[in-house]
Amino acid sequence: MRRRGTGSWIILALASFYFLIPLLATFLFSLRARRGTLSFLAWAHVFKDPLFSRTFLFSVEMALITIVVGLALLIPTALWVHLRAPRARALIEVLALLPFVIPPIVLVFGLIRTYSRPPIALVSSPILLIAGYVVISFPYMYRAIDTGLRSINLRSLTEAAQSLGASWRVTLFRVILPNIRASLLSAAFLTFAIVVGELTLAVMLAWPAFGPYMAQVGRDLAYEPAALAIISFLLTWGSLALIQLLSRGMRGAATPGGVH
Amino acid sequence: MSTVSEITKGAPLARPSAGVLRRWIGLAPFLLFAILFMILPAGSLFVGSFQDASGGFTLMNVAHLFRPSILRSYWLTIEVSLITAVAGGIFGFLLAYAVTMGGLPRTVRSLVTTFSGVASNFAGVPLAFAFIATMGRVGLITTLLKQFFGISLYDAGFNLYSLWGLVLVYLYFQLPLMVLIITPALDGMRREWREACENLGASRLQYWRHVALPILMPSLLSSVILLFGNAFGAYATAYALTGGFLNLVPIQIGAQMRGDVLHDPNLGYALALGMVAIMTLCILGYTALQKRASRWLS
Amino acid sequence: MGFVELKNVVKTFGRHAAVSDFSLSVEEGEFVSFLGGSGCGKTTTLRMIAGFETPTSGRIRINGADVVEMPPNRRGVGMVFQNYALFPNMTVRQNIGFGLKVDKRHPDEIERRVGEMLALIHMEEFRNRYPHQMSGGQQQRVALARALAVQPRLLLLDEPLSALDAKIRVRLRAEIRAIQRKLGITTIYVTHDQEEALSISDRIVVMRDGRIEQAGAPFEIYNKPATAFVASFVGSLNVMLATVVDAAGGRLLVDGQEIRTAGPVPHGSGEAVRLSVRPEAIALHNGLPANNHLSGTLSNVMFLGAIVRLAVRTGDNELLLDTFNNPHLTLPPLGSEVTVGFPREACILLGQGEETT
Repeated sequence: MRRRGTGSWIILALASFYFLIPLLATFLFSLRARRGTLSFLAWAHVFKDPLFSRTFLFSVEMALITIVVGLALLIPTALWVHLRAPRARALIEVLALLPFVIPPIVLVFGLIRTYSRPPIALVSSPILLIAGYVVISFPYMYRAIDTGLRSINLRSLTEAAQSLGASWRVTLFRVILPNIRASLLSAAFLTFAIVVGELTLAVMLAWPAFGPYMAQVGRDLAYEPAALAIISFLLTWGSLALIQLLSRGMRGAATPGGVH
Repeated sequence: MSTVSEITKGAPLARPSAGVLRRWIGLAPFLLFAILFMILPAGSLFVGSFQDASGGFTLMNVAHLFRPSILRSYWLTIEVSLITAVAGGIFGFLLAYAVTMGGLPRTVRSLVTTFSGVASNFAGVPLAFAFIATMGRVGLITTLLKQFFGISLYDAGFNLYSLWGLVLVYLYFQLPLMVLIITPALDGMRREWREACENLGASRLQYWRHVALPILMPSLLSSVILLFGNAFGAYATAYALTGGFLNLVPIQIGAQMRGDVLHDPNLGYALALGMVAIMTLCILGYTALQKRASRWLS
Repeated sequence: MGFVELKNVVKTFGRHAAVSDFSLSVEEGEFVSFLGGSGCGKTTTLRMIAGFETPTSGRIRINGADVVEMPPNRRGVGMVFQNYALFPNMTVRQNIGFGLKVDKRHPDEIERRVGEMLALIHMEEFRNRYPHQMSGGQQQRVALARALAVQPRLLLLDEPLSALDAKIRVRLRAEIRAIQRKLGITTIYVTHDQEEALSISDRIVVMRDGRIEQAGAPFEIYNKPATAFVASFVGSLNVMLATVVDAAGGRLLVDGQEIRTAGPVPHGSGEAVRLSVRPEAIALHNGLPANNHLSGTLSNVMFLGAIVRLAVRTGDNELLLDTFNNPHLTLPPLGSEVTVGFPREACILLGQGEETT
């Protein structure tokens, strides 16, 4: 069809304008720490700050634990729904979608109220933070795993494995999981990106995570926040680029959606 | 001698006649977790919004929701969410259209999709920083405009730390989110529909008016609703941008939690309840429209 | 001059030539089928006539007017797509009336015309149904009605029945042909199903690799195939290796047995050629003296319903012969020696280097 797409190029140009200028401006801003010249002074400050590495590592740790707990919880659940309790699918999907209805600010409020008094006083335990992170990542993780299982025709694969004499453990680890590798990895990286940048839960529960650290820097310093913003952007980009790379050609990757 | 039907009945894994308990036992860990860390907290907020400081039943908190300052904050939050949802919806749709059906090369599409994934996750503290560095009082664009064009943004009335500034910032993740959600729907638009239209004598405009937009409408509406909910519940970005200064509902909730000024947690619970109610409406609207959309576009 | 004229039409995508030097003249009221496997260029050619593709070079004329520069929404050509392409947001009534609505006809006229079309396809009760509430066959009939509602001078169908079940396909193709005859509308029909093309076309254009292999009436295509490809693509064919003994006298040797063709053979003596015969032309124990005879062993009997297909092995070749089902049919046991016969006219010679499918 004769189509000349000039309108599309204009739209693309305008969009690029809006999206790239803030990034460029932020980067340039971060270079202006030393008066009169461009330098990486602000960046050096950031990297030399012991709090930077400490909070970053803390968040990374939390992210990894969240991923493990989340997958350990959701993979069996998704498998069970697919194979043994298809009627429960609607309920599980509602539950997995619930975190959208309960935004982090509301969730953390409820968590504090429920768990700040005896008999269960979890407020000062990292368990609460991790639980909160797991809840936030539910929708993305479940959707990724579910899509992955659906695309591999789970029932036939499992039945084939069983008819060949495989035990459940072998079937799970040698047949099912390797085939949904792309979904698992994309769920993991997405969760990683979300947890590392997360602010609401961490600040309300008073944990030394990367999000609150960035907020604090924003209050105290002028040019370092810009450097942090670029670092955070590159981190998210890296995680998502890895997802794209790993799930190229394979179906079942998670669709990112953003949590704030 | 068994009949064929008897032999083929009952696939090895699915045993419908097994007890209800057995069927649901595998879901127990997840259900337990959901109850402990989602249902219970939400429930306690619900209960708390009907309690006063000493624990007795009261409707005062809900009544307080209708205080002018609270109503103003709801209104402000709705305003921001509505504007960014509609604007993000329109511009996101245009961008998604440009990269899927607009005749642009394939590589552009995957670039835009990846970037949308990143941008929609970029919200929160870093995004606020980025815009402060760009359009803040000493931001790069602000100073550039003053130096080279003599335009003083802030004197002209622009303020990043206001409703419209927030709208500008929110669009940074709303627009890409729209692109991500609406792209599958655009992919589902069959080429043959447009060709059949042309074949029957319709112009491009008539195609959009009679066929394409009606078919896409459920998806467009459901996406806008999702965008609305997304903006409504956003806390981190607004907080990082204005330090809790803007009177938004999430900020109010945060303030109640941290014990700022009018420390009244029960009011906070009522606020949270109000927010959950609004979000539930959003999700219901979204799911209903999605069902309709998938019927036509799959 | 035909109603539709294509002259030396070429279409290339990058370096790949989808259609090469395609020339055809279609008379008014004629039903022409483009027949070929996937990738042969039949759909591309159709889409060029419709206006969804532009020829790289060549001329296309509809009713005398050059249409290559004309946009598709002005050609007055009706198109039916493989996957129906009904507008999902509209009822049957709205779908059929769409072309008329776009043409700004009066609502009363639209209603009347829609009624006529619904009667034509015998689907009056479906007036207010939505596409997703109908079966594939029903949707396709509505698609046909939609294309015909605007009274196009030319009707194009792009494999309209491939997505449907076999039984429905057979029924629907007859319906399409009946409607076409009734309206007298010039029609071009693209298909890969040779039985379909044979049964409903006035003329068949067999295509391969973007070129026309042969164009002619079904009877001609089947019984007088011009190339090896046409012979083997349309209908089934027995192909035997033979050596020329006497070119002028039309004598060949197959597995040591002599075969005579109806006329002289355009090859040199001693050359190896491929002799082909249709299964229905061969019969068991066909004792007429003017016929060719071959001896062999009965290797298989396949019951296909109306047809019984026998396989006879003669040396290097295995021949398939078809005979009608007959409850009183008695066959010799498998493995026994049998003689088969076929008339000389049934011999079709395929060239040495030409490929078959």
